[in-house]
Amino acid sequence: MSASRLFPLALVAALALALSFLTFPIVAIFADVGPGELVSSIDDPGSLDALRISLETTGLALAIILAIGTPAAWMLATRSFPGRSVAITLVELPLVLPPAVAGVGLLAALGPKGILGPALADGNVELVFQTAGVVVALTFVASPFYLRQAQAAFASIDPQLLDASRTLGAGEARTFARVAIPTALPALAAGAALAWGRALGEFGATLVFAGSLRGVTQTAPLAIFERFSTDFPGALALAAVLVALSGAILLATKLVATLGLDRAQA
Amino acid sequence: MPSRSQHERALRAGAWLALVGVAASLAAGCGGSGSSGKPRLTVSAAASLKGAFERYGRDFPDAQVRFSFGGSDELAAQIRQGVKPDLYAAANVKLSAQLFSEGLLEKPVPFARNRLVIAVPAGSSRVRALSDLARNGVKLVVGAPSVPIGSYTRALLERLPRVQRERILANVRSQEPDVTGVVGKLTEGAADAGFVYATDVIASGGRLDAIELPKRLRGRVAYAVGILPGIEHEQLARAFVSGLLSGRGRAALLEAGFEPPR
Repeated sequence: MSASRLFPLALVAALALALSFLTFPIVAIFADVGPGELVSSIDDPGSLDALRISLETTGLALAIILAIGTPAAWMLATRSFPGRSVAITLVELPLVLPPAVAGVGLLAALGPKGILGPALADGNVELVFQTAGVVVALTFVASPFYLRQAQAAFASIDPQLLDASRTLGAGEARTFARVAIPTALPALAAGAALAWGRALGEFGATLVFAGSLRGVTQTAPLAIFERFSTDFPGALALAAVLVALSGAILLATKLVATLGLDRAQA
Repeated sequence: MPSRSQHERALRAGAWLALVGVAASLAAGCGGSGSSGKPRLTVSAAASLKGAFERYGRDFPDAQVRFSFGGSDELAAQIRQGVKPDLYAAANVKLSAQLFSEGLLEKPVPFARNRLVIAVPAGSSRVRALSDLARNGVKLVVGAPSVPIGSYTRALLERLPRVQRERILANVRSQEPDVTGVVGKLTEGAADAGFVYATDVIASGGRLDAIELPKRLRGRVAYAVGILPGIEHEQLARAFVSGLLSGRGRAALLEAGFEPPR
């Protein structure tokens, strides 16, 4: 067989391998537990608490990431300033940190013996053992996912669109809000989905920084971990819900992306 | 020209295959008997055994010992799911007895005891006695209910009067998946007190102080070790166990603050 006929086969084989490897554990989650058992395990108040905490904390973290990250990404994308490349690297740093390292870092910065510990205590701000601490940890690990995407999205907007907006008299704020964001919306939504997914699955940093207590700081991944040794079907059920939730988030992002595309083309 | 580029391509493909082959055989070789050629023993052990076991493992003459430390319940669940270490050492004889009754472990052997203490950050004066744990505003850390340190803690609390027990439980701010998590929250100054093993305070190297509990509340913390059936290096595993009972292992355990088995 010549190389030119082997190559397409190799491509198909690689994709088949990747697909089966990625989907098999997910299918196994649903295959191992019957639907009735799944539903009854979800009814457990501990699971409901964990899901509620997960949704609240990731939602809040995402709101913070979007509110601060979007303008920050705009600045990184449209301005050149001394230290810009350093800033970009710094912003991406949490991406490569192992979660436990992130947790330890947060403690060293914001924990009771940390650099800002006394200041936080004076201001009566409690993070460790509090839901707020979970939000801080999630924001830390998930922001790079959004910031990178947003920066790339803004950088790839057709400059003519931005120029046209300025020519028509819009200030930068207006251009940012009325032209840049709507144009970049599909990519921004993709970045937000990535960040949300990352936050939803976070485990190590929140455990080390905020602890794990049902109804306060125990997120769904922490609940799955606790369950896994004594109640494997319960752990599977919660895992299945997380998978379904993540799938729904991805789907919603695609919808926003297509809506955004339609609007942009309109 | 065409035959020459085909020749080059074949050479390159051959080089890649050789590379993959070398990498694969290296990986296989490493999986087998380690870099020094000594056979390898894998031990799943309770987190509280870390210091003592690592010291024993370094001195173990006939094999390279690799440890997997974690909550004993989590390790047992892994074994049920098919993970096969050579030995399993749990901080709760019930866990190893369960695996034995399921045919997943040979008869477990008790090899050490421990006791519960209240740990506080060194030098802290917020909590000085058991009664302080029920005070308003005290922040406690305990183990999760499924992990041995957590179930021993709950058994201890069950022996207290109801009101005191409920006040103490209300002060719990985190339920950690293993005892190292409890120790961590104490040494970082986030919690005022927690329930740990006496050996954890010794292992903390001065960062924790222990408050002894009355005898009836110390708990009967018994460790047991079992060999998994059908492993490759059975004799070495048995040597490891006998070292825990009367050799360098026992010395390492006693030095770390464990008590001998009954």
